[in-house]
Amino acid sequence: MIIGIPVECAAGERRVALAPSSIPQITQLGFEVQIESGAGTAAGFADQDYLDQGATIATNREALWGDSDIIIKIRPPLQSSDPSFGEFQLLGRGKSLICLVGPAQNPTLLADLANAGVTTLAMDAVPRISRAQKLDTLSSMANIAGYRAIVEAAHHFGRFFTGQVTAAGKVPPAKVLVIGAGVAGLAAIGAANAMGAIVRAFDTRPEVKEQVESMGAQFLMLDFNEDGAGEGGYAKVMSEEFIAAEMKLFAEQAREVDIIVTTALIPGKPAPKLILAETARSMRAGSVIVDLAAEQGGNCELTRPGEVCKTDGITIIGYTDLPSRMAAQSSQLYGNNISNLLAELCPEKDGRVNVNMEDEVIRGMTVVNASEVTWPPPPPRLSAKPRPATPEQTPSPAKPVQSKASSAASSFGGLAFVVLAILGVGAVAPPSFMSHFTVFVLAIFVGWQVIWNVTPALHTPLMSVTNAISGIIVIGALLQMGSSSILVIILATIALLLASINVFGGFWVTQRMLQMFHKGS
Amino acid sequence: MSSGIISAAYIAASILFILSLGGLSNQESARRGNLFGIAGMTLAIGATLFTGLPLSYALVLGVVAIGGACGGLVAARVEMTAMPQLVALLHSFVGLAAVLVGFASYLEPTTHFVGAEKTVHDIEIFLGILIGAVTFTGSIAAFGKLQGILTSRPVLMPARHLINLAIGLVCVWLGYVFVGADSISAGSWPLLIMTALAFAFGVHMVLAIGGADMPVVISMLNSYSGWAAAATGFMLANDLLIVTGALVGSSGAILSYIMCRAMNRRFVSVILGGFGTTSVSKGTSEAQGDVIPVSAGETAQLLSTASSVVVVPGYGMAVAHAQHPVSELVSSLKQRGIQTRFAIHPVAGRMPGHMNVLLAEAKVPYDSVLEMDEINPDFPDTDVVLVIGANDIVNPAAQEDPDSPIAGMPVLEVWKAQTTIILKRSMATGYAGVDNPLFYRENTRMLFGDAKDSISQVLAAL
Repeated sequence: MIIGIPVECAAGERRVALAPSSIPQITQLGFEVQIESGAGTAAGFADQDYLDQGATIATNREALWGDSDIIIKIRPPLQSSDPSFGEFQLLGRGKSLICLVGPAQNPTLLADLANAGVTTLAMDAVPRISRAQKLDTLSSMANIAGYRAIVEAAHHFGRFFTGQVTAAGKVPPAKVLVIGAGVAGLAAIGAANAMGAIVRAFDTRPEVKEQVESMGAQFLMLDFNEDGAGEGGYAKVMSEEFIAAEMKLFAEQAREVDIIVTTALIPGKPAPKLILAETARSMRAGSVIVDLAAEQGGNCELTRPGEVCKTDGITIIGYTDLPSRMAAQSSQLYGNNISNLLAELCPEKDGRVNVNMEDEVIRGMTVVNASEVTWPPPPPRLSAKPRPATPEQTPSPAKPVQSKASSAASSFGGLAFVVLAILGVGAVAPPSFMSHFTVFVLAIFVGWQVIWNVTPALHTPLMSVTNAISGIIVIGALLQMGSSSILVIILATIALLLASINVFGGFWVTQRMLQMFHKGS
Repeated sequence: MSSGIISAAYIAASILFILSLGGLSNQESARRGNLFGIAGMTLAIGATLFTGLPLSYALVLGVVAIGGACGGLVAARVEMTAMPQLVALLHSFVGLAAVLVGFASYLEPTTHFVGAEKTVHDIEIFLGILIGAVTFTGSIAAFGKLQGILTSRPVLMPARHLINLAIGLVCVWLGYVFVGADSISAGSWPLLIMTALAFAFGVHMVLAIGGADMPVVISMLNSYSGWAAAATGFMLANDLLIVTGALVGSSGAILSYIMCRAMNRRFVSVILGGFGTTSVSKGTSEAQGDVIPVSAGETAQLLSTASSVVVVPGYGMAVAHAQHPVSELVSSLKQRGIQTRFAIHPVAGRMPGHMNVLLAEAKVPYDSVLEMDEINPDFPDTDVVLVIGANDIVNPAAQEDPDSPIAGMPVLEVWKAQTTIILKRSMATGYAGVDNPLFYRENTRMLFGDAKDSISQVLAAL
């Protein structure tokens, strides 16, 4: 089957659905890839780059749309009566379309696609389950948006992020507050932290605390008992009391921090207004607010979607196209998501797409199947993040040798037994024996302490050196050789012979082995 | 005066021995540690010779020279793959020497103890000979198994637990008779019978233990040889022997413990033997599917495109003497800028630390040889894992199948890597008789053939 990658016609869209680097993976699946000339130009990819990776260039726009069996885009096809601009009418019956659809927001588009008989997979309808993460465009775009949010903030913020002590004087580090620790929020935390800012983060879901801290931010706790985790790993609408407490926190923080990045979204609802106008104005002059929820109306009351505006010295960034502002990176990740999706759609690697509606992931993404609207899908069977925060995915060993408590108990019991045994021996044994016994017990303990420090790599030399020193039995043989009994002397002589083999052989071979161990340069 | 000097020398020797063992805590200080051991031994022997009164210095020096020459010759020539055998042989010498010294001590006409002291002394002799005798024949049997003279499969006599129990009870009774004997001749026969029984017990015990449990057996015999020396020290009232014996004994005991923990088995069940015979009932989930064979050329290609490679050696590498080609392969990969490391399971090979010595012999720097706990978290980021002659130590069933005979054994999690290549002669199961589901995984490739030849071919293809 032929895959077609058209030029994105939507205004301001710089991305392309496939970067050249993703093409070999797709051709390996048996597909042919066709590119509309100039599709990658805005993202910084020349036609030649695509040709080098094995794609072909379509002669013109109509040929591309006409020849391809599958059209892969970023934005949904434009419906326009102007034939040089509209894309929808180029889609023929029986073709497949993969792009961002926004199925909840665009029911008429879905109906039109079903009327046109175009099987459509929505890249923004990937179910939130672990297996589908490699297809999740929303995550990969959110990651970019989070990073870019910090870059934009840094651009408009007239100062350093990192604190410095220079000859000209001291510069305090910038303080960044990130609201919402989803993928975008975490990416923003990571980027701000990497630039040297002091980062704080807030989220209604307490289980993300660990992730926030692992990215290097301080997690702001609200002393309020309500879990904000909703279905599919998203946040839900909180109670009024909670929101009031939250607003108070933001109002306090606003007076302290230099930059606020808001990423709070609730699926299918307008973005919650978290930064009131007065809160924003209470920030120091020169501060920056980046509102990643601008497209859904914004988290800040002053946000103007798609624009940067300045009020009372505060810059409020409301760009809705942050991923597109990093088109090369976005196109590459989007393309990777696409090639992972195609691998799922084409398990036989025969270049044919099989829309398997039994597969939970494919079922979830398919919003139009032939002439039928299949949105919304049945609810996912499991949430991406199970409610009880269990970060461990790996199964724990089937049978642990012993639990800590029981081993502590048994070692205590063992110790008690040893003490009793020593007491018992002491009660009956003669004093001369006890002095030797003292030495013996102490030596065992010294040995125990020393041997645990031996590195496992040297266990073989350890055995050979203990071999050598257990040849100390020569001392016994030597002492006995002074005997008056000839039988004793003979026995002792043989013992001396054997033990000296041990002493020499043991030390020698140990030395030989240890000579071999050397460190890498 | 002379006894003061000799005590001082013994104290110094004890300290030197402790420093010697302490030196092995890392590779930097290990050589110095060995020199401390040599110094301690020289000091102890020298002090004994100068203050004691042996029959003739010439005889002593002659015997030591002969013994030393034999020991030195063997030590200089032994191949590193044969280290377990050498160590087993050396254990047997300590055991036999302890038996001889025990008998000599009993027959010594000048020692006269009465009452409780005589009882204690007799018990010391009895125990010293018992432990020495078990160590001697046990080590000889272990040597035979390692050298391939005896079969490495467990040899199980019918009612073997009963036989062991009977031997134990008879020995206790003989000990009672021996302590009660009032003349040397009356005490000799229980001592001799006990010695014969202990010899038989040593052989019987080790024969019942299979090849892959050898690390435990060798450590245990190491421990016994120490206790034998300590018992000799008690009977001769010599603190240096007691200290040294206790050090060696606890060293061997710790090694045995580490080995057992690495197999998630109890010490007693290893010693009683019979692993893999009574529990051959493979796990419930019998591994199924097709294995994907791979050629040396494809292996070379996979390795050359990887950025991180881990090599997991096992006993098969020692058997095939493949350590030198493996080392060459690794250094060639390193030259290409590929991060290449070794992962060593505690029970890989036939004795503790065996693989480390083999790799050191092949000039692999020790800082690229990692232990299981160090490397396990890195497997998910590893592109290619090369498993050479290892099986049970990389078996995922240990973690995933609670009914597997090796369930709960800590293993190297090689299956988490991108690709695992297993070098193997055939599809035979591992020592434990457990099928390895790793072979059937999607990201596993099998490179069949002799490990040495295969590695050489891969090297040529690179």
